[in-house]
Amino acid sequence: MYDQVAQNKRRSILLILAFVGLVIAVGFAFNLVIGGGPIFLVIALVVAGGAAAVSYWKSDAIALRVSRAHPASIDEYGRLHNLVEGLCIAGGLPKPRLYVVEDPSPNAFATGRDPKHAAIAVTTGLLEKLNRVELEGVLAHELSHIKNYDILVSTLAVTMVGVIAIAADVGVRFMWFGMGRSRNDSNDSQGGGGLTIILALFGFALLILSPLIGRAMQAAVSRRRETLADVSGVELTRYPPGLISALEKLRDDYTVVGSTSHATAHLWIEQPQAVAEDEGGMARVNRMFNTHPPLEERIALLREL
Amino acid sequence: MLFVWIILGLLVLVGIYLLVTYNGLVSLRNRIENAWAQIDVQLKRRYDLIPNLVETVKGYAAHERETLENVVRARNMAMAASGPQDQAAAENMITGALKSVFALSEAYPDLKANVNFLNLQEELTGTEGRIAYARQFYNDTVFRYNTKIQSVPSNIVANQFDFNEREYFEVDDAARGNVAVDFGQAPPVDLGSSSAPPPAPPAPTA
Repeated sequence: MYDQVAQNKRRSILLILAFVGLVIAVGFAFNLVIGGGPIFLVIALVVAGGAAAVSYWKSDAIALRVSRAHPASIDEYGRLHNLVEGLCIAGGLPKPRLYVVEDPSPNAFATGRDPKHAAIAVTTGLLEKLNRVELEGVLAHELSHIKNYDILVSTLAVTMVGVIAIAADVGVRFMWFGMGRSRNDSNDSQGGGGLTIILALFGFALLILSPLIGRAMQAAVSRRRETLADVSGVELTRYPPGLISALEKLRDDYTVVGSTSHATAHLWIEQPQAVAEDEGGMARVNRMFNTHPPLEERIALLREL
Repeated sequence: MLFVWIILGLLVLVGIYLLVTYNGLVSLRNRIENAWAQIDVQLKRRYDLIPNLVETVKGYAAHERETLENVVRARNMAMAASGPQDQAAAENMITGALKSVFALSEAYPDLKANVNFLNLQEELTGTEGRIAYARQFYNDTVFRYNTKIQSVPSNIVANQFDFNEREYFEVDDAARGNVAVDFGQAPPVDLGSSSAPPPAPPAPTA
Protein backbone atom coordinates (compact mmCIF):
# COMPACT_ATOMS: atom_id res chain seq x y z
CA MET A 1 0.00 0.00 0.00
CA TYR A 2 2.63 2.54 1.05
CA ASP A 3 4.85 1.35 -1.80
CA GLN A 4 2.02 2.03 -4.18
CA VAL A 5 1.74 5.63 -2.96
CA ALA A 6 5.48 6.19 -3.37
CA GLN A 7 5.49 4.57 -6.80
CA ASN A 8 2.54 6.68 -7.81
CA LYS A 9 4.29 9.86 -6.75
CA ARG A 10 7.35 8.94 -8.83
CA ARG A 11 5.17 8.24 -11.84
CA SER A 12 3.37 11.56 -11.57
CA ILE A 13 6.67 13.42 -11.44
CA LEU A 14 7.74 11.55 -14.58
CA LEU A 15 4.50 12.47 -16.27
CA ILE A 16 4.86 16.13 -15.37
CA LEU A 17 8.38 16.04 -16.81
CA ALA A 18 6.94 14.44 -19.94
CA PHE A 19 4.42 17.25 -20.17
CA VAL A 20 7.18 19.83 -19.92
CA GLY A 21 9.08 17.90 -22.62
CA LEU A 22 6.02 17.98 -24.82
CA VAL A 23 5.67 21.74 -24.35
CA ILE A 24 9.32 22.17 -25.35
CA ALA A 25 8.77 19.90 -28.36
CA VAL A 26 5.84 22.03 -29.44
CA GLY A 27 7.98 25.15 -29.17
CA PHE A 28 10.65 23.38 -31.21
CA ALA A 29 8.09 22.35 -33.84
CA PHE A 30 6.95 25.97 -34.06
CA ASN A 31 10.51 26.93 -34.82
CA LEU A 32 10.82 24.29 -37.53
CA VAL A 33 7.56 25.10 -39.22
CA ILE A 34 7.54 28.89 -39.20
CA GLY A 35 11.08 29.75 -38.21
CA GLY A 36 11.84 32.67 -35.93
CA GLY A 37 14.45 31.09 -33.69
CA PRO A 38 14.12 30.11 -30.04
CA ILE A 39 11.64 32.88 -29.32
CA PHE A 40 8.70 30.48 -29.74
CA LEU A 41 10.27 28.03 -27.35
CA VAL A 42 10.57 30.79 -24.77
CA ILE A 43 6.98 31.89 -25.38
CA ALA A 44 5.74 28.30 -25.04
CA LEU A 45 7.53 27.87 -21.73
CA VAL A 46 6.35 31.23 -20.39
CA VAL A 47 2.75 30.53 -21.38
CA ALA A 48 2.89 27.04 -19.88
CA GLY A 49 4.40 28.42 -16.68
CA GLY A 50 1.81 31.19 -16.48
CA ALA A 51 -1.05 28.79 -17.05
CA ALA A 52 0.33 26.45 -14.41
CA ALA A 53 0.53 29.35 -11.93
CA VAL A 54 -3.04 30.45 -12.62
CA SER A 55 -4.32 26.92 -12.26
CA TYR A 56 -2.35 26.49 -9.03
CA TRP A 57 -4.14 29.41 -7.38
CA LYS A 58 -7.53 29.41 -9.09
CA SER A 59 -8.24 25.87 -10.27
CA ASP A 60 -10.69 24.99 -7.49
CA ALA A 61 -12.80 28.10 -8.06
CA ILE A 62 -12.88 27.43 -11.81
CA ALA A 63 -13.75 23.74 -11.47
CA LEU A 64 -16.54 24.51 -9.00
CA ARG A 65 -17.91 27.30 -11.20
CA VAL A 66 -17.88 25.12 -14.32
CA SER A 67 -19.78 22.39 -12.47
CA ARG A 68 -22.30 24.91 -11.04
CA ALA A 69 -21.55 23.84 -7.47
CA HIS A 70 -22.88 25.83 -4.52
CA PRO A 71 -21.66 25.64 -0.90
CA ALA A 72 -23.34 22.94 1.22
CA SER A 73 -24.82 24.45 4.38
CA ILE A 74 -24.39 22.55 7.64
CA ASP A 75 -28.11 22.77 8.42
CA GLU A 76 -29.25 21.31 5.14
CA TYR A 77 -26.47 18.78 4.58
CA GLY A 78 -25.65 17.73 8.13
CA ARG A 79 -24.89 14.14 7.17
CA LEU A 80 -22.39 15.19 4.51
CA HIS A 81 -20.57 17.43 6.98
CA ASN A 82 -20.59 14.79 9.70
CA LEU A 83 -19.17 12.09 7.45
CA VAL A 84 -16.42 14.31 6.07
CA GLU A 85 -15.45 15.51 9.55
CA GLY A 86 -15.14 11.92 10.73
CA LEU A 87 -13.01 10.91 7.76
CA CYS A 88 -10.80 13.97 8.20
CA ILE A 89 -10.15 12.90 11.77
CA ALA A 90 -9.27 9.41 10.54
CA GLY A 91 -6.83 10.81 7.99
CA GLY A 92 -5.48 13.65 10.13
CA LEU A 93 -6.54 16.19 7.50
CA PRO A 94 -8.14 19.63 7.76
CA LYS A 95 -11.79 19.65 6.72
CA PRO A 96 -12.20 20.65 3.06
CA ARG A 97 -14.92 23.04 1.88
CA LEU A 98 -18.05 21.16 0.82
CA TYR A 99 -20.18 21.88 -2.23
CA VAL A 100 -23.33 20.47 -3.77
CA VAL A 101 -24.17 20.21 -7.47
CA GLU A 102 -27.89 20.09 -8.29
CA ASP A 103 -27.88 17.05 -10.51
CA PRO A 104 -29.79 13.76 -10.41
CA SER A 105 -26.78 11.73 -11.54
CA PRO A 106 -24.76 10.30 -8.61
CA ASN A 107 -21.19 11.58 -8.78
CA ALA A 108 -18.58 13.53 -6.80
CA PHE A 109 -15.20 15.23 -7.25
CA ALA A 110 -12.41 16.84 -5.27
CA THR A 111 -10.38 19.88 -6.28
CA GLY A 112 -7.86 22.37 -4.89
CA ARG A 113 -4.09 22.47 -4.61
CA ASP A 114 -3.26 21.00 -1.19
CA PRO A 115 -5.18 19.65 1.82
CA LYS A 116 -5.49 23.16 3.29
CA HIS A 117 -7.03 24.57 0.11
CA ALA A 118 -9.31 21.79 -1.02
CA ALA A 119 -12.97 21.32 -1.81
CA ILE A 120 -15.24 18.33 -2.35
CA ALA A 121 -18.38 18.59 -4.44
CA VAL A 122 -21.13 15.97 -4.57
CA THR A 123 -24.27 15.84 -6.67
CA THR A 124 -27.69 15.83 -5.06
CA GLY A 125 -28.23 12.51 -6.86
CA LEU A 126 -25.35 10.99 -4.91
CA LEU A 127 -26.83 12.16 -1.59
CA GLU A 128 -30.23 10.72 -2.51
CA LYS A 129 -29.23 7.39 -3.99
CA LEU A 130 -26.49 6.24 -1.61
CA ASN A 131 -26.95 5.20 2.00
CA ARG A 132 -24.73 6.43 4.79
CA VAL A 133 -22.05 3.74 4.49
CA GLU A 134 -21.83 4.03 0.71
CA LEU A 135 -21.64 7.81 0.88
CA GLU A 136 -18.84 7.49 3.40
CA GLY A 137 -16.95 5.22 0.99
CA VAL A 138 -17.23 7.75 -1.83
CA LEU A 139 -16.24 10.67 0.41
CA ALA A 140 -13.21 8.68 1.63
CA HIS A 141 -12.23 8.18 -2.02
CA GLU A 142 -12.45 11.93 -2.65
CA LEU A 143 -10.55 12.72 0.54
CA SER A 144 -7.80 10.34 -0.60
CA HIS A 145 -7.44 12.39 -3.79
CA ILE A 146 -6.79 15.36 -1.53
CA LYS A 147 -4.44 13.46 0.78
CA ASN A 148 -2.36 12.04 -2.10
CA TYR A 149 -2.13 15.46 -3.81
CA ASP A 150 -3.93 14.02 -6.84
CA ILE A 151 -5.93 17.21 -7.02
CA LEU A 152 -2.78 19.24 -7.68
CA VAL A 153 -1.35 16.85 -10.27
CA SER A 154 -4.56 16.53 -12.24
CA THR A 155 -5.09 20.28 -12.19
CA LEU A 156 -1.61 20.89 -13.55
CA ALA A 157 -2.10 18.13 -16.11
CA VAL A 158 -5.32 19.58 -17.43
CA THR A 159 -3.77 23.04 -17.78
CA MET A 160 -0.77 21.66 -19.66
CA VAL A 161 -3.06 19.77 -22.02
CA GLY A 162 -5.01 22.96 -22.63
CA VAL A 163 -1.88 24.99 -23.33
CA ILE A 164 -0.53 22.36 -25.71
CA ALA A 165 -3.84 22.18 -27.56
CA ILE A 166 -3.96 25.96 -27.98
CA ALA A 167 -0.31 26.15 -29.04
CA ALA A 168 -0.78 23.40 -31.60
CA ASP A 169 -3.86 25.12 -32.95
CA VAL A 170 -2.05 28.44 -33.34
CA GLY A 171 0.95 26.65 -34.88
CA VAL A 172 -1.12 24.90 -37.53
CA ARG A 173 -2.84 28.15 -38.49
CA PHE A 174 0.46 30.02 -38.68
CA MET A 175 1.90 27.30 -40.84
CA TRP A 176 -0.35 27.97 -43.81
CA PHE A 177 1.21 31.46 -44.02
CA GLY A 178 4.67 30.00 -43.56
CA MET A 179 4.17 27.40 -46.31
CA GLY A 180 2.97 30.04 -48.74
CA ARG A 181 5.99 32.18 -48.03
CA SER A 182 8.53 29.38 -48.39
CA ARG A 183 7.06 28.40 -51.78
CA ASN A 184 7.72 31.94 -53.03
CA ASP A 185 11.22 31.95 -51.63
CA SER A 186 12.13 28.55 -53.02
CA ASN A 187 13.88 30.04 -56.08
CA ASP A 188 16.61 31.49 -53.87
CA SER A 189 17.69 28.36 -52.04
CA GLN A 190 17.12 25.21 -54.05
CA GLY A 191 19.73 23.19 -52.11
CA GLY A 192 18.26 23.29 -48.60
CA GLY A 193 14.69 22.78 -49.84
CA GLY A 194 14.50 19.03 -49.23
CA LEU A 195 15.68 19.20 -45.66
CA THR A 196 13.40 22.13 -44.91
CA ILE A 197 10.37 20.24 -46.19
CA ILE A 198 11.21 17.14 -44.14
CA LEU A 199 11.69 19.22 -41.02
CA ALA A 200 8.47 21.11 -41.71
CA LEU A 201 6.56 17.85 -42.12
CA PHE A 202 8.03 16.58 -38.86
CA GLY A 203 6.98 19.78 -37.08
CA PHE A 204 3.56 19.58 -38.67
CA ALA A 205 3.08 16.01 -37.44
CA LEU A 206 4.23 16.99 -33.96
CA LEU A 207 1.81 19.91 -33.83
CA ILE A 208 -1.11 17.77 -34.96
CA LEU A 209 -0.35 14.89 -32.62
CA SER A 210 0.63 16.84 -29.50
CA PRO A 211 -2.94 17.48 -28.22
CA LEU A 212 -3.69 13.77 -28.59
CA ILE A 213 -0.50 12.77 -26.82
CA GLY A 214 -1.28 15.25 -24.04
CA ARG A 215 -4.78 13.91 -23.58
CA ALA A 216 -3.60 10.30 -23.50
CA MET A 217 -1.07 11.24 -20.83
CA GLN A 218 -3.73 13.03 -18.79
CA ALA A 219 -5.91 9.93 -18.99
CA ALA A 220 -3.04 7.69 -17.90
CA VAL A 221 -2.38 9.85 -14.82
CA SER A 222 -6.03 9.93 -13.96
CA ARG A 223 -6.75 6.19 -14.37
CA ARG A 224 -3.90 5.21 -12.08
CA ARG A 225 -4.99 7.70 -9.46
CA GLU A 226 -8.60 6.54 -9.38
CA THR A 227 -7.54 3.02 -8.43
CA LEU A 228 -5.14 4.33 -5.82
CA ALA A 229 -7.80 6.59 -4.30
CA ASP A 230 -10.16 3.62 -4.05
CA VAL A 231 -7.58 1.68 -2.06
CA SER A 232 -6.48 4.52 0.22
CA GLY A 233 -10.11 5.53 0.72
CA VAL A 234 -10.77 2.09 2.11
CA GLU A 235 -7.71 2.54 4.30
CA LEU A 236 -9.60 5.43 5.93
CA THR A 237 -12.95 3.70 6.41
CA ARG A 238 -11.52 0.20 6.95
CA TYR A 239 -14.69 -1.03 5.29
CA PRO A 240 -14.38 -2.07 1.61
CA PRO A 241 -18.06 -3.15 1.23
CA GLY A 242 -19.17 0.50 1.59
CA LEU A 243 -17.27 1.72 -1.47
CA ILE A 244 -17.94 -1.52 -3.38
CA SER A 245 -21.67 -1.17 -3.04
CA ALA A 246 -21.44 2.55 -3.89
CA LEU A 247 -19.52 1.79 -7.09
CA GLU A 248 -22.06 -0.89 -7.94
CA LYS A 249 -24.82 1.69 -7.62
CA LEU A 250 -22.87 4.10 -9.82
CA ARG A 251 -22.40 1.33 -12.37
CA ASP A 252 -26.10 0.52 -12.48
CA ASP A 253 -27.09 4.17 -12.79
CA TYR A 254 -27.13 5.53 -16.31
CA THR A 255 -27.98 9.18 -15.68
CA VAL A 256 -25.30 11.50 -17.03
CA VAL A 257 -24.10 14.61 -15.22
CA GLY A 258 -25.55 17.59 -17.05
CA SER A 259 -23.16 20.36 -16.08
CA THR A 260 -19.83 18.87 -17.00
CA SER A 261 -17.26 19.32 -19.72
CA HIS A 262 -14.40 17.26 -21.08
CA ALA A 263 -12.02 19.53 -19.21
CA THR A 264 -13.28 18.42 -15.80
CA ALA A 265 -14.15 14.82 -16.71
CA HIS A 266 -11.14 13.39 -14.90
CA LEU A 267 -12.11 15.05 -11.61
CA TRP A 268 -15.25 13.01 -10.93
CA ILE A 269 -15.34 9.66 -9.16
CA GLU A 270 -17.06 8.08 -12.14
CA GLN A 271 -16.66 9.08 -15.78
CA PRO A 272 -19.42 11.71 -16.04
CA GLN A 273 -19.99 11.45 -19.79
CA ALA A 274 -21.77 8.59 -21.47
CA VAL A 275 -19.28 5.97 -22.57
CA ALA A 276 -20.45 3.88 -25.50
CA GLU A 277 -19.65 0.20 -25.30
CA ASP A 278 -18.01 -0.02 -28.69
CA GLU A 279 -16.23 -2.98 -30.19
CA GLY A 280 -13.60 -3.55 -32.83
CA GLY A 281 -10.42 -1.67 -33.58
CA MET A 282 -11.53 1.73 -32.30
CA ALA A 283 -12.40 0.46 -28.83
CA ARG A 284 -8.76 0.19 -27.87
CA VAL A 285 -8.06 3.76 -29.00
CA ASN A 286 -11.08 5.12 -27.15
CA ARG A 287 -10.06 3.37 -23.98
CA MET A 288 -6.73 5.17 -24.15
CA PHE A 289 -8.59 8.42 -23.60
CA ASN A 290 -10.83 7.20 -20.79
CA THR A 291 -9.96 9.10 -17.63
CA HIS A 292 -11.30 6.30 -15.43
CA PRO A 293 -10.66 2.56 -15.33
CA PRO A 294 -13.82 0.48 -15.86
CA LEU A 295 -15.95 0.30 -12.72
CA GLU A 296 -15.91 -3.49 -12.98
CA GLU A 297 -12.13 -3.51 -12.63
CA ARG A 298 -12.25 -1.16 -9.65
CA ILE A 299 -14.89 -3.25 -7.90
CA ALA A 300 -12.94 -6.45 -8.54
CA LEU A 301 -9.80 -4.88 -7.08
CA LEU A 302 -11.64 -3.78 -3.93
CA ARG A 303 -13.09 -7.25 -3.44
CA GLU A 304 -9.56 -8.59 -3.19
CA LEU A 305 -8.71 -6.40 -0.18
CA MET B 1 43.78 18.17 3.67
CA LEU B 2 41.27 16.39 1.47
CA PHE B 3 40.82 13.79 4.19
CA VAL B 4 39.88 16.49 6.72
CA TRP B 5 37.31 17.90 4.35
CA ILE B 6 35.73 14.48 3.81
CA ILE B 7 35.49 13.96 7.58
CA LEU B 8 33.94 17.41 8.01
CA GLY B 9 31.43 16.73 5.25
CA LEU B 10 30.42 13.46 6.85
CA LEU B 11 29.98 15.16 10.22
CA VAL B 12 27.71 17.77 8.68
CA LEU B 13 25.63 15.05 7.01
CA VAL B 14 25.30 13.15 10.27
CA GLY B 15 24.30 16.39 12.01
CA ILE B 16 21.60 17.08 9.43
CA TYR B 17 20.31 13.52 9.78
CA LEU B 18 20.15 13.86 13.58
CA LEU B 19 18.28 17.14 13.28
CA VAL B 20 15.71 15.84 10.80
CA THR B 21 15.13 12.60 12.70
CA TYR B 22 14.80 14.37 16.04
CA ASN B 23 12.31 16.87 14.63
CA GLY B 24 10.37 14.09 12.96
CA LEU B 25 10.07 12.22 16.24
CA VAL B 26 8.97 15.34 18.09
CA SER B 27 6.28 16.11 15.55
CA LEU B 28 4.99 12.53 15.64
CA ARG B 29 4.89 12.60 19.43
CA ASN B 30 2.91 15.83 19.40
CA ARG B 31 0.58 14.38 16.84
CA ILE B 32 -0.11 11.46 19.18
CA GLU B 33 -0.94 13.89 22.02
CA ASN B 34 -3.21 15.77 19.68
CA ALA B 35 -4.90 12.58 18.47
CA TRP B 36 -5.55 11.54 22.05
CA ALA B 37 -7.07 14.93 22.87
CA GLN B 38 -9.24 14.64 19.77
CA ILE B 39 -10.80 11.45 21.14
CA ASP B 40 -11.75 13.30 24.33
CA VAL B 41 -13.25 16.16 22.33
CA GLN B 42 -15.53 13.75 20.51
CA LEU B 43 -16.50 11.89 23.69
CA LYS B 44 -17.37 15.20 25.33
CA ARG B 45 -19.51 16.09 22.34
CA ARG B 46 -21.46 12.89 22.78
CA TYR B 47 -22.00 13.59 26.50
CA ASP B 48 -23.39 17.00 25.55
CA LEU B 49 -25.78 15.63 22.95
CA ILE B 50 -27.33 12.91 25.10
CA PRO B 51 -29.41 15.18 27.42
CA ASN B 52 -30.93 16.84 24.34
CA LEU B 53 -31.84 13.47 22.92
CA VAL B 54 -33.42 12.32 26.17
CA GLU B 55 -35.37 15.59 26.38
CA THR B 56 -36.69 15.17 22.83
CA VAL B 57 -37.62 11.51 23.14
CA LYS B 58 -39.29 12.05 26.53
CA GLY B 59 -41.96 14.17 24.89
CA TYR B 60 -42.99 11.37 22.53
CA ALA B 61 -42.28 8.19 24.43
CA ALA B 62 -42.63 9.10 28.09
CA HIS B 63 -43.35 5.58 29.25
CA GLU B 64 -40.12 4.21 27.76
CA ARG B 65 -38.55 5.42 30.95
CA GLU B 66 -36.20 2.52 31.39
CA THR B 67 -34.53 2.89 28.00
CA LEU B 68 -33.95 6.59 28.58
CA GLU B 69 -32.66 6.05 32.09
CA ASN B 70 -30.17 3.53 30.78
CA VAL B 71 -28.67 6.08 28.40
CA VAL B 72 -28.37 8.74 31.08
CA ARG B 73 -26.91 6.28 33.53
CA ALA B 74 -24.35 5.05 31.02
CA ARG B 75 -23.43 8.65 30.21
CA ASN B 76 -22.95 9.55 33.88
CA MET B 77 -20.93 6.41 34.40
CA ALA B 78 -18.64 7.28 31.48
CA MET B 79 -18.14 10.85 32.67
CA ALA B 80 -17.21 9.65 36.15
CA ALA B 81 -15.06 6.74 34.97
CA SER B 82 -11.47 6.66 36.11
CA GLY B 83 -8.92 4.85 34.02
CA PRO B 84 -9.13 4.03 30.35
CA GLN B 85 -10.47 0.52 30.97
CA ASP B 86 -13.53 1.67 32.91
CA GLN B 87 -14.12 4.45 30.48
CA ALA B 88 -14.00 2.16 27.46
CA ALA B 89 -16.52 -0.12 29.15
CA ALA B 90 -18.85 2.78 29.92
CA GLU B 91 -18.52 4.21 26.41
CA ASN B 92 -19.58 0.87 25.00
CA MET B 93 -22.59 0.96 27.30
CA ILE B 94 -23.55 4.35 25.87
CA THR B 95 -23.30 2.97 22.36
CA GLY B 96 -25.56 0.07 23.23
CA ALA B 97 -28.07 2.22 25.10
CA LEU B 98 -28.22 4.75 22.26
CA LYS B 99 -29.04 1.97 19.85
CA SER B 100 -32.12 1.02 21.84
CA VAL B 101 -33.23 4.67 22.00
CA PHE B 102 -32.98 4.94 18.22
CA ALA B 103 -34.86 1.67 17.95
CA LEU B 104 -37.73 3.34 19.86
CA SER B 105 -38.43 5.55 16.88
CA GLU B 106 -39.72 2.49 15.02
CA ALA B 107 -42.54 2.17 17.53
CA TYR B 108 -43.37 5.90 17.62
CA PRO B 109 -44.07 7.31 14.14
CA ASP B 110 -44.41 10.84 15.52
CA LEU B 111 -40.94 10.62 16.99
CA LYS B 112 -39.57 9.23 13.75
CA ALA B 113 -40.96 12.25 11.91
CA ASN B 114 -39.60 14.79 14.40
CA VAL B 115 -36.94 16.94 12.74
CA ASN B 116 -35.18 17.60 16.01
CA PHE B 117 -34.94 13.87 16.73
CA LEU B 118 -33.65 13.12 13.25
CA ASN B 119 -30.99 15.82 13.58
CA LEU B 120 -29.91 14.48 16.95
CA GLN B 121 -29.80 10.97 15.58
CA GLU B 122 -27.61 12.13 12.71
CA GLU B 123 -25.38 14.10 15.09
CA LEU B 124 -24.97 11.20 17.47
CA THR B 125 -24.33 8.68 14.71
CA GLY B 126 -21.78 11.09 13.26
CA THR B 127 -20.13 11.53 16.63
CA GLU B 128 -20.03 7.79 17.09
CA GLY B 129 -18.17 7.54 13.78
CA ARG B 130 -15.81 10.34 14.74
CA ILE B 131 -14.94 8.63 18.02
CA ALA B 132 -14.05 5.47 16.12
CA TYR B 133 -12.05 7.43 13.56
CA ALA B 134 -10.24 9.43 16.24
CA ARG B 135 -9.17 6.16 17.89
CA GLN B 136 -8.13 4.77 14.51
CA PHE B 137 -6.03 7.85 13.81
CA TYR B 138 -4.48 7.64 17.26
CA ASN B 139 -3.49 4.04 16.65
CA ASP B 140 -2.19 4.79 13.15
CA THR B 141 -0.01 7.56 14.55
CA VAL B 142 1.26 5.39 17.40
CA PHE B 143 2.07 2.73 14.80
CA ARG B 144 4.18 5.15 12.77
CA TYR B 145 5.87 6.53 15.89
CA ASN B 146 6.70 3.10 17.30
CA THR B 147 7.94 1.87 13.95
CA LYS B 148 10.29 4.82 13.71
CA ILE B 149 11.54 4.31 17.25
CA GLN B 150 12.23 0.65 16.62
CA SER B 151 13.85 0.79 13.19
CA VAL B 152 17.54 1.30 12.47
CA PRO B 153 19.02 3.90 12.44
CA SER B 154 16.35 6.21 13.88
CA ASN B 155 16.22 4.00 16.98
CA ILE B 156 19.65 5.38 17.99
CA VAL B 157 18.29 8.93 18.03
CA ALA B 158 15.16 7.79 19.84
CA ASN B 159 17.17 6.02 22.55
CA GLN B 160 19.54 8.94 22.95
CA PHE B 161 16.80 11.50 23.46
CA ASP B 162 14.39 9.36 25.44
CA PHE B 163 11.55 8.82 22.97
CA ASN B 164 9.55 5.92 24.37
CA GLU B 165 7.12 3.62 22.65
CA ARG B 166 3.44 4.40 23.10
CA GLU B 167 0.61 2.00 23.79
CA TYR B 168 -2.19 1.40 21.35
CA PHE B 169 -5.76 2.13 22.23
CA GLU B 170 -7.34 -1.28 22.64
CA VAL B 171 -10.82 -2.32 23.57
CA ASP B 172 -10.08 -5.52 25.43
CA ASP B 173 -12.42 -8.45 25.68
CA ALA B 174 -13.68 -7.53 29.13
CA ALA B 175 -14.79 -4.09 27.94
CA ARG B 176 -16.35 -5.54 24.80
CA GLY B 177 -18.41 -7.99 26.83
CA ASN B 178 -19.81 -5.21 28.97
CA VAL B 179 -22.17 -3.86 26.34
CA ALA B 180 -25.09 -5.93 27.65
CA VAL B 181 -24.57 -4.86 31.23
CA ASP B 182 -27.37 -5.22 33.79
CA PHE B 183 -28.54 -1.84 35.04
CA GLY B 184 -30.63 -3.44 37.75
CA GLN B 185 -28.45 -2.61 40.73
CA ALA B 186 -27.52 0.89 39.72
CA PRO B 187 -29.22 3.77 41.61
CA PRO B 188 -32.17 5.46 39.87
CA VAL B 189 -31.44 8.55 37.83
CA ASP B 190 -33.45 11.73 37.66
CA LEU B 191 -34.19 12.32 33.99
CA GLY B 192 -35.18 15.91 34.62
CA SER B 193 -31.79 17.15 35.74
CA SER B 194 -29.68 15.07 33.44
CA SER B 195 -27.38 18.00 32.72
CA ALA B 196 -26.06 17.92 36.28
CA PRO B 197 -24.70 14.40 36.82
CA PRO B 198 -25.46 12.70 40.12
CA PRO B 199 -22.62 11.36 42.25
CA ALA B 200 -20.54 8.78 40.51
CA PRO B 201 -22.01 5.29 40.54
CA PRO B 202 -19.64 2.45 41.36
CA ALA B 203 -17.46 1.60 38.40
CA PRO B 204 -18.32 -1.74 36.83
CA THR B 205 -16.07 -4.53 37.91
CA ALA B 206 -15.28 -6.34 34.73
